[in-house]
Amino acid sequence: MATRGFVGRRSPEETQKRLPPGQHRVEDFPILQIGPNPTIDLATWRFTLREGAKPLKSWSWDEFQALPRTAWQGDIHCVTKWSKFDTGWEGVSFDDLLADARIAAPTDFLLAEGYDDYSTNVPVADLAGGRAMIATHYEGAPIEPDHGGPARLFVPHLYLWKSAKWLKGLRFTKKDEAGFWEMRGYHMYGDPWREQRYTSD
Amino acid sequence: MIEVPDFRWRQALITAIAPVTARVKSFRLRTEIADAYRPGQHVDVRLTAEDGYRAQRSYSIASAPDGSGTIELMIEGLEGGEVSGFFHEIAEVGDAIELRGPIGGAFSWGPADGGPLLLVGGGSGVVPLLAMLRHRGAVAPEIPALLLYSARTRGDAIALDEIEARAGTEPGLSLIFTATRSGGRRIDAATVAEALTTLGHPTRVFICGATPFVGTAATLLVEAGVAPGLIRTERFGG
Repeated sequence: MATRGFVGRRSPEETQKRLPPGQHRVEDFPILQIGPNPTIDLATWRFTLREGAKPLKSWSWDEFQALPRTAWQGDIHCVTKWSKFDTGWEGVSFDDLLADARIAAPTDFLLAEGYDDYSTNVPVADLAGGRAMIATHYEGAPIEPDHGGPARLFVPHLYLWKSAKWLKGLRFTKKDEAGFWEMRGYHMYGDPWREQRYTSD
Repeated sequence: MIEVPDFRWRQALITAIAPVTARVKSFRLRTEIADAYRPGQHVDVRLTAEDGYRAQRSYSIASAPDGSGTIELMIEGLEGGEVSGFFHEIAEVGDAIELRGPIGGAFSWGPADGGPLLLVGGGSGVVPLLAMLRHRGAVAPEIPALLLYSARTRGDAIALDEIEARAGTEPGLSLIFTATRSGGRRIDAATVAEALTTLGHPTRVFICGATPFVGTAATLLVEAGVAPGLIRTERFGG
């Protein structure tokens, strides 16, 4: 159904090719989150891998800094319909994290949990093989609290709500368990190229 | 599992258009979801050009479910805005657009959530809070509530006459309004302290506005002793 009189402001073709359906390009970096930034002290910060309630391995901030580093450059897509091109991130890959913990992923799913009330579910297959990192730097500088610093999950091939801010750990789960937004009607997987915004998409 | 709505795209008919401020217009839309949302939620709007090109944006619902079969959106006309430009310059009563929702259950309030309810709005960020105020006024006027509202000038403030009238007639509703460009001050620790003294300790807090406003307000409230877990935020723009 065409909307009477709507013409639209099309992006250049090069831009359109990089935009998933329903997205538009922004130059700024919008901030979306459910509540205030949590107060995080690097002296007491810990990052923990858990299987259910059982801790598997945890790192202090200094220990985390000593892990191998990974960099990624590319486009990011938010379910609120903005996309930002050519962003640069750096951190510790999920693969390197498991290697340092000397474990294989014990289940096929996990919940990423923040220092706030937030959580989000991601299949392990979408984190492994260099597809995701725990990011600590954006464009060469420590990630600001507004963007999830000191450390956030970063899974650029899924909508950005999967890249949980202020990450405190990853909890392996037997089944694919819905996180904060997924319980409120957002898609369990969230592929921007298939426009999986909400449950029925 | 929290109630999951049906997110199909649906046609909605524009039934009324009215100016709200120099930059903001109100649109009444006839839609099947008119009574099936919680105040604070938003809808996604989709426009389609003749050649199939589409643009989508999200807009907060300004109305409370009121049995009219319609919802009200308040849309700010942005410079070069692809979708807001359509609404401001082209849309007429009788036009159909597509929408889906409601979306965003975290930033929503119903009477079962109780109070005291603290609402903090900056500029057009007051729109989802207006839906909460309207709903509260209709179904639970006994729940204590306070709106802390900051706009550039009185003329830029959305629905200020209505909100002032509500604060004057609804017991338990207070308003602190500040016009930052006409002598009023920005929201600061003293404003927040005044709000908390007037209202009592809130059990629900919703903050909506531009990014710097929301960040500042959230920090001030946490510093004033409000538990971070009670605070929900929503931001417009960068």
